[in-house]
Amino acid sequence: MNQTNNASEGTLVARLLAALRRFAAALPNRASAVLHRRPRLRLSLLIGPPMLWLGVAYLGALGALFITSLWGQDPFTGTVVREWNLDNFRLLWESEVYRKITFRTVGIAAGVTVIDILIAFPVALYMAKVASPRMRNILVIAVLTPLWASYLVKAYAWRIMLSEDGVVSDLGGLLGIDTPGYGLAAVVITLAYLWLPFMILPIYAGLERLPDSMLEASMDLGAKTGHTMRRVVLPSVFPAVIAGSIFTFSLSLGDYITVRIVGGANQMLGNVVYDNVGAANNLPFAAAVATIPVVIMLVYLAAARRTGALENV
Amino acid sequence: MTPSATMSPGFRIVLRTITCLALVVIYAPLMLVVINSFNASQTFAWPPTDLTLDWWRKAVDSQGARDAVQVSVEVAALATVVALVLGTMAAMALQRYRFFGRDAVSLLIILPIALPGIVTGIALNNAFRTVFGLELGFITIVIAHATFCIVTVFNNVLARLRRMGISLEEASADLGASTFTTFRLVTFPMMRSALLAGGLLAFALSFDEIIVTTFTAGAREQTLPIWIFNNLFRPNQAPVVNVVAVVLILLSIIPIWVSQKLAGASEGLAGR
Repeated sequence: MNQTNNASEGTLVARLLAALRRFAAALPNRASAVLHRRPRLRLSLLIGPPMLWLGVAYLGALGALFITSLWGQDPFTGTVVREWNLDNFRLLWESEVYRKITFRTVGIAAGVTVIDILIAFPVALYMAKVASPRMRNILVIAVLTPLWASYLVKAYAWRIMLSEDGVVSDLGGLLGIDTPGYGLAAVVITLAYLWLPFMILPIYAGLERLPDSMLEASMDLGAKTGHTMRRVVLPSVFPAVIAGSIFTFSLSLGDYITVRIVGGANQMLGNVVYDNVGAANNLPFAAAVATIPVVIMLVYLAAARRTGALENV
Repeated sequence: MTPSATMSPGFRIVLRTITCLALVVIYAPLMLVVINSFNASQTFAWPPTDLTLDWWRKAVDSQGARDAVQVSVEVAALATVVALVLGTMAAMALQRYRFFGRDAVSLLIILPIALPGIVTGIALNNAFRTVFGLELGFITIVIAHATFCIVTVFNNVLARLRRMGISLEEASADLGASTFTTFRLVTFPMMRSALLAGGLLAFALSFDEIIVTTFTAGAREQTLPIWIFNNLFRPNQAPVVNVVAVVLILLSIIPIWVSQKLAGASEGLAGR
């Protein structure tokens, strides 16, 4: 009795399992059929997870940061006081020190970007339009390789190079160049060095897309090299330059490590944010300071969008 | 006619000279790091008077460095996997469909890398602690890294999809293959090298990141960049850091070689 019961139970389970298996096997087909008929559903399944991650979590975090910047900090307990006010921004606006740090940071970012454009353009032009295809590949690798070496180590290498009796003063002495020492110049040099590949590569890609026939046509029509550069090459790589500048500018704007390694006692916006998150534990003020680079970058991105540069990033 | 004939010889010489000088400047600091890893002077006196292998021996024995490498590899691997999945999905959605807010979505994907790292770092730090109540540690580093790695995969896959067109996928569907079968047998194989290039870039980006990491790492976890930063200014450890740096420079040749072989230069670099 017991045994038969078990047996029938067994077959029932087996039958259930078989049905389930059949259903599961048909599921991809059925799902596929449904998906095939409904492109909108397909789209939402594809875009859903990335949007949850970036649109909800990341944008949410940025939104929360902005809200925090409108709160204050209890000066005695150090805890966040959830009262809405603009005190943090007022302090930023009125304080001479923070205004100076902001201008210094933007100045450094702009300087780095200009230096990188001036170096990257001729290098990219040589790679794309003068070097042989074999040489071109070697150069692309040569430019890419340092990108993979540690950021910190490269910054530290510059610290050693720029030291009192380091390589720069040693070899530069022969040409009458002395090391600038640790300070703003050293920060600009080091950051320009670190981000140079991010400028070379988009410009190179942009120049590669520019057909040689355009240059030939310009020359056939009697334009000199300088004229061809100004009227043909520069306008066509302009979006690529903007794309590269987004990286050089943004990466410089948010940096606080390089300035600590080669910047001497100078501070950038990043240091103010870092110190307020860490030592001072004043998150609302740190959040307010962090909105400065965000606003600058959003304006920059909006301007860049008009040039069509974002397609090139 | 060769392309270079479109420029005057003098201008070509100027370009070549600048390129050579730039390469010298690019590689001088790296060479210095390599030389200093053998420099007997602990303060890297220049020029080196004596050479030694001590630092290399010390680096091999450094438990801190080895632990940090392990954390960094694990973080980068997980962040890359997340970035591969989300980046591919986003690229397929944006390349294959036209919908309202499409431009905003593409801007949103670039945003974590277009905004300064310090902003992403402090925003996530604040959200993890106050909004989600998470303790900073391994998992928060992975989430943070994946956020800014998505764009590298996205860009590579997007470029590939653009070039691929949809005719092969349509042919597959016409021949009766289901959506999943088409993806498995047609779309995925054609995207493979783009995924590899994007994944390598994502891995490298995560492996070397320090600014976002300092804000999302907490006190216990040490990635390799954080370990390097903590030891850079310690006179006893600086030479060991140098050796680690040389190893990193040497190892970096492998992914570059692989991506060159598989994806071609222009696509591998479109990443960042």
